[in-house]
Amino acid sequence: MTATIYALASAAGRAGVAVWRLSGDGAGPALAALTGRPLPAPRRAMRVRLADPSGDVIDDGLALWFPAPQSFTGEDVAELHLHGGRAVAQALAEALGRLGLRPAEPGEFTRRAFLNGKMDLTRAEAIADLVDAETAAQRRQALRQMDGGLARLADSWRERVVGLLAWLEAEIDFADEDIPAGLMDQVAGAAAALAGELAGHLADNRRGERLRDGIHIAILGAPNAGKSSLLNRLAGRDAAIVSAQAGTTRDVIEVHLDLGGWPVVLADTAGLRDAACDVEAEGVRRALARAEAADLKLAVLDGATLDLATLAVIDDATLVVANKADIGACPDRVAGRPVLAVSARTGQGIDAMVRALEDRVAARFAVTSAPMLTRVRHRAAVEECREALARFDPRAGAELAAEDLRLAARAIGRITGRIEVDDILDVIFREFCIGK
Amino acid sequence: MKQTSSCDVIVVGAGHAGCEAAASAARTGAATLLVTQRLDTIGEMSCNPAIGGLAKGQLVREIDALDGLMGRVIDRAGIQFRILNRSKGPAVQGPRAQADRKLYRLAMRDALDETGNLGLLEGSVEDLVVRAGRVAGVVLADGRTIACGAVVITTGTFLRGLIHMGEKTWPAGRIGDAPSLGLSGALERIGLPLGRLKTGTPARLDGRTIDWKSLDSQAGDDPPVPFSFLTQRIATPQIACGITATTPATHAVIRANLHRAPMYSGQIQSTGPRYCPSIEDKVVRFADRDRHQIFLEPEGLDDHTVYPNGISTSLPEEVQRAMIATIPGLERCAVIRPGYAIEYDFVDPRSLSRSLETRAMGGLFLAGQINGTTGYEEAGAQGLLAGLNAARSCAGSAPLILDRADAYMGVMVDDLVSLGTSEPYRMFTSRAEYRLLLRSDNADSRLTPKGEAMGCIRSERSDRFRKKSAAIARTRAVLDSLRASPNVLRGHGLGVNQDGVARSAWDLLAYPDLTLARLAEVWPELAGIEPDVAERLEIEGKYAGYLQRQEADIRAYRREEGLALPADLDYGLIGSLSNEVRQKLAAARPETLAAAARIPGITPAAVTALLGHVKRQGGIV
Repeated sequence: MTATIYALASAAGRAGVAVWRLSGDGAGPALAALTGRPLPAPRRAMRVRLADPSGDVIDDGLALWFPAPQSFTGEDVAELHLHGGRAVAQALAEALGRLGLRPAEPGEFTRRAFLNGKMDLTRAEAIADLVDAETAAQRRQALRQMDGGLARLADSWRERVVGLLAWLEAEIDFADEDIPAGLMDQVAGAAAALAGELAGHLADNRRGERLRDGIHIAILGAPNAGKSSLLNRLAGRDAAIVSAQAGTTRDVIEVHLDLGGWPVVLADTAGLRDAACDVEAEGVRRALARAEAADLKLAVLDGATLDLATLAVIDDATLVVANKADIGACPDRVAGRPVLAVSARTGQGIDAMVRALEDRVAARFAVTSAPMLTRVRHRAAVEECREALARFDPRAGAELAAEDLRLAARAIGRITGRIEVDDILDVIFREFCIGK
Repeated sequence: MKQTSSCDVIVVGAGHAGCEAAASAARTGAATLLVTQRLDTIGEMSCNPAIGGLAKGQLVREIDALDGLMGRVIDRAGIQFRILNRSKGPAVQGPRAQADRKLYRLAMRDALDETGNLGLLEGSVEDLVVRAGRVAGVVLADGRTIACGAVVITTGTFLRGLIHMGEKTWPAGRIGDAPSLGLSGALERIGLPLGRLKTGTPARLDGRTIDWKSLDSQAGDDPPVPFSFLTQRIATPQIACGITATTPATHAVIRANLHRAPMYSGQIQSTGPRYCPSIEDKVVRFADRDRHQIFLEPEGLDDHTVYPNGISTSLPEEVQRAMIATIPGLERCAVIRPGYAIEYDFVDPRSLSRSLETRAMGGLFLAGQINGTTGYEEAGAQGLLAGLNAARSCAGSAPLILDRADAYMGVMVDDLVSLGTSEPYRMFTSRAEYRLLLRSDNADSRLTPKGEAMGCIRSERSDRFRKKSAAIARTRAVLDSLRASPNVLRGHGLGVNQDGVARSAWDLLAYPDLTLARLAEVWPELAGIEPDVAERLEIEGKYAGYLQRQEADIRAYRREEGLALPADLDYGLIGSLSNEVRQKLAAARPETLAAAARIPGITPAAVTALLGHVKRQGGIV
């Protein structure tokens, strides 16, 4: 039998209410044992007094009963709303342990829900994303995926591929029957159209993954231009070591920020200059690599000092600021781009810089109405499907073309975790008059 | 009960499954007895007088590669041979031949007579003798019993067969033959789950009353290509078929009488094959079409019976006549025998293991329509496996198990025993994941060595196979050794990239339209290769890239296939399986992890859980 598990579903520590969840065949007996009463009506809250098996009262609270399969995990589930506190938690955990329940492993409730067919892989992933969401945009994206947006999109792609494959198989397996002419051309046209759509979804700037993992912004500039001070000003705390000695930041330092609802990973890098020692040279190399990989760059000039190394990294994805506006002059434009004058020390111009960064991020990562590919594995599956569709060539022979469609269907099925069910024949018999 | 005799294997029924079963058991060295109601209907083609077709042709080649009868018999009885799908690639082409029904029966009878170790007995098996949970003999209708070590039941549509024609119904095995009533009870007592299926056949027409001159005709291939790897050439005279079609008037007659069709009046509840619908089905389901094609296939060289392929029906006899009279060319046609539908018992094939032995009773094997399939080829293929494995079960040897990458036979058996079937099961190439590999041209390479290991290949075939294999290997080595630069190739009119990279003759075969004959213009030593050797190498050269990818898939599949699930696995003990999944697994009792994964509704997560559980139990064999 499946082990019955329990966990504190709300955050640990002192709180007004703590929610406990029990799942498995033993959830009902455990609930009855703790309350000393018959199970509550399904999905109705009931005021209960909980006592451990020896009769010692644990707490007074609410109990809910979700009999299988209409529960989150698909198993019998009981929920307890108790007072949040260490003593109550400890007493309940001990009682449940004596009743034969064990603590859930991380993610085990969702895992059971997936195993019991309550949700597909994308929904399970979305729940994890929602729990991890730190910003508004992340929350919205996770909710949409949890709602099945991505699953529906992937399923619709798969259905189209399977439909095309069925037409092709009809052409192969029922060649001696009355199959309509021109099927091959129709299949080829539809496969090309779908490949184009998939390419469109792939050319999304990896917005979904970026939103999930954070948008990377690299701060670049000459040594001692004040990059670390700017980072600290943005982070509101001392994340990077700031000192007046040039070349302090030899590695890359990351800070995670909520930038107007957007999850941002801000990276402070070593100053760009001819390094004085090997360690610093390595820092510069890493800074440039980070600049290469970043979604956006913040180029920091030291007042009006124009150093060539910094100017060299400026491109369309770069916001240029000149620091130390409080103590000197700043240029208005550099390399054809406007320059924002700021002072990390006094905070002058920082609000304008934050707004400019937000605008840049919003422009590049704004969520469209289409569901996003939020994980690398989604992207890999769509890419594999697109490649197979692009390879599809009816002139190579129907059996080879069908092979490519089969690979395409298999790849896309991986997004929701669907196995290959042979529904091809069903489509054939529905759509064509087969049988002499 | 008086015991009158004994033998190793008894085969019940002498249709296409029974003949192959008896012959393969006997070839393997078992003393075999074939029991049939009538010796004169051995190898009868109850429905369409044709063998092969798409995917079915591959099955016949596989039967032949295991030294079975069907290929050799049709080569002697075929009166029109055609390769279907000739315009498509070799993996999806299928040889098909129409048979002279009488010649087919005679040739099959000859083939059985030529088989040593084999006896024929006219009689009806009504019950089984069971001893210590294993089948030990059969009981005939007259009360005699015959002891044996294993039984293969191949009763086709005869188990509680019930014919429907309009409102009329009567018990029959097929038209003109008595049904088998006792055996169903015997199978039920053993605990085998029975179901009902339905199939149908069209009326037979008098060819002398068909207006052939007004109709188009279709001829066979010239020269005809034989089925058997042993047949050198086809000697039977070849004929053409007529082509006609239904008309709006035909459909009007059918619609006006639908309430009298057993499938629509509710008289028949069981499921028929979707790919072989009756004409009334086609008219209802595809109401927008005003014509359905009909092939008029002569049933023999000196037989004026004609099989109208495409209008299977169970409408009342007078409606059939009225309907046929609306078809061009058949206006004045005489009907020899009306069409009908037949319902019969079948055993849920999920109660079989992959050797086709019933799980409920050792020594009892089932093959053919009794397992829910349709088609002579499907029946013959199962018969061969069941007969062979029955003989090996008597001898205490391991059975021949074919998997989905070995043969269409393996695909079929795996589908049947893992998934069961809700309609008469027919083979299609799209059922085979590895169909680029499972071709009719290489059936011998795939299966003859396995047959040799099982002891069911006679020396004539072994010798022939060895010579051909050696020639293929030799020629392949030559193809690899011959190389030419793009420049030289261009000199011979072969346009390849002028990249300076020399290509071997084998590489060049992957180019579309490049044949060995064409390459012989560059390398004269490639002239004069045997046609069957050339065919094989050309096909494998063309598919080389795709075959490589499929080989990787096959390795992954065989890894899962190698994970055997214990027969007594208690699915209730596996945590994290939903009740629904548990029920599905318990019903199918998949033998391997790969088979479990193919059951609809079994999620990858469930497969993972299954794997984890079995590994923890140390149950992985």
